Amino acid sequence: MLADALLLQLGYNATLVAIGACLLGIASGVAGTFLFLRKRALVSDAISHATLPGVGLAFVIMVAMGGEGRSLLGLLLGAGVSAAIGLLCVQWLTRRTRLGEDAAIGAVLSVFFGFGVVMLTVIQTMNAGRQAGLESFLLGSTAGMLRGDAILLAASAAAVLALVLILRRPLALAAFDPGYAEATGWSLPRIDLAMMGIVLVVTVVGLKVVGLILIVALLIVPAVTARFWTERADHVVIIAGIVGGLSGFVGAAVSATAPALPTGPIVVLVGFGIFLFSLLFSPRRGVLASVLTHLRYQRRVHVRQGLLALAQGQPIYETLTQRLLTRAGLILPDGVPTAEGQAAASKALLDETRWAIVRGDQAYALAATRYDGLTPIETVLTPDQLIEIDTKISAPEVVA
Amino acid sequence: MGAEFVALSLPPIVIGVLVAIACALPGNFLLLRGQALIGDAISHVVLPGIVVAFLLTGLVATGPMLLGAAGAAVIAVVAIDAVRRLGRIESGAAMGVIFTAMFAGGVLLLEQSDTSNVHLDVEHALYGNLESLIWLDATGWASLTDPVALAGLPVELPRMALALVVIGLFLWLFWRPLALSTFDEGFARGLGIRTGPLGLALVIMSAIAAVAAFDAVGSIIVIAMFICPPAAARMMTNRLGHQVAWSVLFAALAAVLGYVLAGYGPLWIGASDSVSAAGMIATVSGIILGVAAVAGPHRTRNG
Repeated sequence: MLADALLLQLGYNATLVAIGACLLGIASGVAGTFLFLRKRALVSDAISHATLPGVGLAFVIMVAMGGEGRSLLGLLLGAGVSAAIGLLCVQWLTRRTRLGEDAAIGAVLSVFFGFGVVMLTVIQTMNAGRQAGLESFLLGSTAGMLRGDAILLAASAAAVLALVLILRRPLALAAFDPGYAEATGWSLPRIDLAMMGIVLVVTVVGLKVVGLILIVALLIVPAVTARFWTERADHVVIIAGIVGGLSGFVGAAVSATAPALPTGPIVVLVGFGIFLFSLLFSPRRGVLASVLTHLRYQRRVHVRQGLLALAQGQPIYETLTQRLLTRAGLILPDGVPTAEGQAAASKALLDETRWAIVRGDQAYALAATRYDGLTPIETVLTPDQLIEIDTKISAPEVVA
Repeated sequence: MGAEFVALSLPPIVIGVLVAIACALPGNFLLLRGQALIGDAISHVVLPGIVVAFLLTGLVATGPMLLGAAGAAVIAVVAIDAVRRLGRIESGAAMGVIFTAMFAGGVLLLEQSDTSNVHLDVEHALYGNLESLIWLDATGWASLTDPVALAGLPVELPRMALALVVIGLFLWLFWRPLALSTFDEGFARGLGIRTGPLGLALVIMSAIAAVAAFDAVGSIIVIAMFICPPAAARMMTNRLGHQVAWSVLFAALAAVLGYVLAGYGPLWIGASDSVSAAGMIATVSGIILGVAAVAGPHRTRNG
């Protein structure tokens, strides 16, 4: 069943939905990257919660005009309008009052959502509203979607992806280097407006798939995940698109296999799984990589300090140092240095002595800044300089 | 009016006011510290906590659920901090990753498990059911002094009152260090105040408010009350004490007005059914904020 779903064998509608969710995921991953890099990730949370009153009002208006009220296009248009009003409220509160952006976001999302809930209860009391199914906009539901809606979903997801690709240059410029963008003649407020417009469209299209509570994850998680894998601007955007697309596709496909698997949570959890994997295992910024780097550094310090102790004939009591030196074959289990160990110890002591001279001499001030107690001096200075330093060493060092 | 009001409307109104004040009090400090959205995150992760507690114990009991919710809130705060540090990610995005994932997990668990015979669903978690907290033993205003009838009060009322007392006590005891560390953390640390644990204690107080309130009113009202009354109060004054007082007033006003509008408003305009009280209270708090943002004496940054 799951294999069928992933290979698009579950029928025409499910296939359309899966492809639509994939396109939506790519678009939101890319758009979310720009949002994340402009440090405005949570604005999308306000936008998505602000869609609810629009959905409710659109339903009421459509019923009042004699329609059935369930036209997806009409509901999404209503969602878009009220989301835009919510976004304007956030901007206005942030610019014109003393509230910070976080407080403005929280105020708008809770108040608009609260009003949306009021609208939902009003609709429940209407005759036409009993089976409106507007609750599906909260958590997303693609099960039993009408063919027309599935086509609308896939087409609008493709359109928003195209929009993101067309506008990617100014968006990337504003995200990575706002100062340069302004200096080269772009209007930053206008780029921000375009970015917010795209986020708004992604949110509205995503309502039916992921739901308004969780759509924010589709914008944030791919961008955050991509940041673990690369330091390059263009690569972040591409990887975020892939992560988003993968979450959307797998989420929609898995959710199509059983009725008790709502689409939104599955999409979000797939994305979160990829994020968790990246957090732990990414080669440069991952937790595992950091731990390994730390352990390697710790070992080098212990070995170095152990060798210096050997060179000066001091006994080693520290168990980790003993273990590391024994394992490297530098000392015997009773603490006596092997021939190899003696050689390494005198090398370490010579290194340290040379460093001491370098650090005491103004002429080597620049080289002295490279001293960290671990770097071998011959990687910093030329052989000629080393010979000159060695002439300043008073007496030959004897290893006990 | 009279008997019916005392039995059907008084308990929800009182509970609403208690919830609003309990959330608005810590909300003042969260707002000033730039942590306004912590309340948002906490109220989302309460759902998985409650679902896990239900799956472990198999019953819809207050004790385990409160524990589960509080545990989830603490896990969320720790996880957000861990992601922020380990991944070097700004706190807003870290928050967005964690609370959505936990909420998604909660919804999935809920859908997967057999909860059809108990009253536990996502909609209930979002907007609660304030209207159902009625006091069947009340026969009139006289019941307020009748111990037998008082024993039949909805359990949410004393629980919420207790939470409010705990939060009020915390703020009263730690007022000076909280105020100092909110406005000048470096100075507070210089005086020997341990700002780290103090900040965590504030978050825990907010979690207590959110968790105690959640069962009665749902998470939407909690988020609104954490932010809107303090934000409106911020437009009214530059003094912290006055701001907290204003926020309590606004919170109580929003709760009473919201409940009355939701319960009686539709009847006044000729409709037959009431609308969601939680949603209306959030809406009214937003209107109060809107008025304060347009006309408050200290609404701009430089005054």
